[in-house]
Amino acid sequence: MRPDDLSPIHLDVLREIGNIGQGNAATALAAFSRKLVTIDVPCVRILDINEAAQFLGGPENVVTAICVRLKGDISGMMLTIMEREFVSDLIRLVFGAEPDDLYAMDDLQNSFVQEIGNILSGSYLNAVSAMSGMSAEVTVPSVATDMVGAILAVPAVECAALGTKVMFIEDSFTFADGFDENERVSGSAVRCNMILVPQMSSLEMLFDRLKV
Amino acid sequence: MMITVAIADLACVRGGTDEVLVTYALGSCVGVCLYDEIERTAGLIHIMLPWSRDAAYDDNRRRYADTGITELIGKMISLGASKSRLVAKIAGGAQMFGSASWMFNIGERNVEAAEHVLGAYDIPVIGRDVGGSCARTLYLHTDTGLAEVKTAMRQIRTL
Repeated sequence: MRPDDLSPIHLDVLREIGNIGQGNAATALAAFSRKLVTIDVPCVRILDINEAAQFLGGPENVVTAICVRLKGDISGMMLTIMEREFVSDLIRLVFGAEPDDLYAMDDLQNSFVQEIGNILSGSYLNAVSAMSGMSAEVTVPSVATDMVGAILAVPAVECAALGTKVMFIEDSFTFADGFDENERVSGSAVRCNMILVPQMSSLEMLFDRLKV
Repeated sequence: MMITVAIADLACVRGGTDEVLVTYALGSCVGVCLYDEIERTAGLIHIMLPWSRDAAYDDNRRRYADTGITELIGKMISLGASKSRLVAKIAGGAQMFGSASWMFNIGERNVEAAEHVLGAYDIPVIGRDVGGSCARTLYLHTDTGLAEVKTAMRQIRTL
């Protein structure tokens, strides 16, 4: 099976995993930011690296990325790609201070960002595990702030067997400041993207378990 | 005019015009510029991996240093370049997630492979900006053979 062989039903399954994962992620973010966090329906796409870079503001757009390697039944790599505003918002929420320079975060901020990546990738992996009973272990996350094009190439380069297609989940989280006059949640939406690059054998096993 | 070279792709032009070849966001990938000053023939390739023999399955020769650089040299010769006049400039080969012990340093191996292949064709490497942990965008001015490297952090560096 190659990534191009995914049928619409397969994509629906991946989309549903994206939905559940994002729900888990929002719950986790709400718990430590102590804010109401609302979400939009995530958009799941299978993209080539070059296309994914376009969706993320072009290859030279500078983002903060957290990378974990997956082992176990589900093997591959997962990247959490955060716009700079997302990182600044979170640091502001938790530390009450503005990060001066995302290229040179101090150890505490760096490990905080690592932890966010851990929480977000864990949220998606739990969704997969809960649905399929497959196990996944993650390595200690590593963080980089740089051009998104270079970051997206990492999974394809590190695991050549993965090819150059990635599963792209576009999430939008809104940290609520309060409610507007129509009692709708108001606050600024921040975008965060999960890039899952599973080994094709893991995907086959997943679809097999789910009988699709 | 800008001609963009995508990941695992290449381009070459008969220069003497204002065309600029560009490849964006080289991380562990390596960009190789080739230039023939007399014929003003310019070529650029964005390679991802060192050796085609290590490929599990693959159809894209331009992904690898050995097959990609060989193809680029062939294309440049067919545009009128002379192999004996070609010079090379290379950029990239960084390690994006510097500290992760479970990652191979593929950037370093890409640089080694590119230099090895160029050496085998007797093409001198006259400029390099490689290694470290930052992504680079590489421009090649086809009228002069001048290469420029841009990063998110520092000033543009000319090779």
